[in-house]
Amino acid sequence: MHFGTGFSMDEAIKVNSLVMQFGKFRAVDGISFSVNKGEIFGLLGPNGAGKTTTIKMLTTLLKPTSGNAYVAGFDIVRDSNNVRKNIGIVFQDPSLDDELTGRENLDFHAILYNIEKNQRDKKISQILKLIELEDKADDLVKNYSGGMKRRLEIGRGLIHEPKVLFLDEPTIGLDAQTRRHIWDYIKKLNSVHKITIILTTHYIEEADYLADRVAFVDHGKIVALDTPRALKDKLGGDIISMQVQTGLASLEKGLKPLKWIKAASTHDGRIDLTVDEGEHQIPRLILIAEKHNATISSIELHKPSLEDVFLHYTGKNIRDEEGEGWKGRIRAMHAKRNR
Amino acid sequence: MQKGIDKMEINAVYVLWLRDIKRFIRAKSRIIGILMMPLFFLLGLGLGLGSLIHLSTGGSYLDFIVPGIIGMSLLFTAVSSGTAVLWDRQFGFLKEILVTPNSRISIVIGRILGGASTALIQSVIVILISILIGFNIHMSPALILAPVFMALIAATFIGLGLTLGSFISDFQGFQLVTSFFTMPLFFLSNGIFPISVLPQFVKYITYANPLTYGIDGLRITLSGSGTFSIWTDLAAMLISTAIMIALSAYAFKKTDVG
Repeated sequence: MHFGTGFSMDEAIKVNSLVMQFGKFRAVDGISFSVNKGEIFGLLGPNGAGKTTTIKMLTTLLKPTSGNAYVAGFDIVRDSNNVRKNIGIVFQDPSLDDELTGRENLDFHAILYNIEKNQRDKKISQILKLIELEDKADDLVKNYSGGMKRRLEIGRGLIHEPKVLFLDEPTIGLDAQTRRHIWDYIKKLNSVHKITIILTTHYIEEADYLADRVAFVDHGKIVALDTPRALKDKLGGDIISMQVQTGLASLEKGLKPLKWIKAASTHDGRIDLTVDEGEHQIPRLILIAEKHNATISSIELHKPSLEDVFLHYTGKNIRDEEGEGWKGRIRAMHAKRNR
Repeated sequence: MQKGIDKMEINAVYVLWLRDIKRFIRAKSRIIGILMMPLFFLLGLGLGLGSLIHLSTGGSYLDFIVPGIIGMSLLFTAVSSGTAVLWDRQFGFLKEILVTPNSRISIVIGRILGGASTALIQSVIVILISILIGFNIHMSPALILAPVFMALIAATFIGLGLTLGSFISDFQGFQLVTSFFTMPLFFLSNGIFPISVLPQFVKYITYANPLTYGIDGLRITLSGSGTFSIWTDLAAMLISTAIMIALSAYAFKKTDVG
């Protein structure tokens, strides 16, 4: 085993200025980050941002144009076979043989990872239990629902007890209930089985719910990286919107000297305030309004979401490009070229 | 450590072989489809046209053409098994195999063994049907070499199919290109007529075609007479198999997982 420059024992993944160039298009443009052991790490960004390409490089399916990375302690280029032994992958697109049964898919995978027959049967029944597919194990995969296929793929990625599990858009195209279910599996795998998980997603809620730390990826670059909490805090706090019926001017005057209001703006009879812990400030604001003889017709509290954070860093909504699929990607490429 | 890796490579070959067998047995409609073409050739050429043909070499035309039809059905199924690479790429299973710690050569060998095994089963069925409609199988010790020739023909052309499948990523293009290869390979061989009737320059082309030696080997082992010696046929087929496996392993190494 050899470790590269600056590789620490607590790091499951270490990425140094990774670049992937396809012709003129730079899909990944010098990405660096590290993932701690036992962490759930999220790569969040719109379609075509370079997340999947990054995953393909880390899982040795693509050779980086430049830069290097270590996964489970092994160099992804020089030691790709050892990387492969220590990782599990759930691809964005399905990768099951649907003319085989669920059990056969698991069994074939286990054989490919050189797991002995007696071990294999034991592991497979454990995994089937974990992914709750025991009843369906001997049905052909083509008769599975989308959620069942996804669970089978996650289960398959776990059979050889990988140190790092890669999940590329694990819940894409699944209904809300199934998505919730898969999230719970992922959490459980991480907390009970202590598996380091790196996932890509363009679903804000997914990253927010699952990831210990999130990296925002846009145009092949990481634009921000921190815990979801810290990222949201960086926006400067919550926003309270008050619709004021009468006494707007005096209320504005009354609010001005208050130190705990970080920013304020007024338009169309509405005051927007940026504050910390907005839920605790609402009662204070009501008292202040009364003191200044202002009548408030409604108060709205908006806690910043990761969506707002993404908007803040990139100037666009993560979903802008989502519904349009390839069109969005083309647009992203154009935007990139014209920069 | 080295031993562990070898074991893994054998496992990979085994899994891919087993997968082909399982899929072959389950796809009943495919088996019928695969048997249809040789059956029509047997009836049309063997019985229909054959009743009009008197070979200068003697013997019935049916006895002459059955090895040719087996060679043809091996050629067609083998080349189209390259489609399997396309399907696997399309449905992502290729990626699943490629991220396992196994070398691509084991994957190619597993594929070829799987394809050759199913092609062998298919050929045996064609032979049984031929016997039913009047094929006189030549009983001799050489008969045990017939499956060897079948396997080598299958391996050679699965290699061709895999090579093409690694380079071509769309289905329609693949079908076009494969027929561009399979038609000349079959008609410029000794499949439906003896080489001796051909003009000199066409003879040279058939000599360069591995299928010629494969079918000749089948003719010696199944019908009892051929053009070359059985050892020439065997050597030619072994060489072509080795070349095609190497070529397909190389092509597969270059293939993009998409």
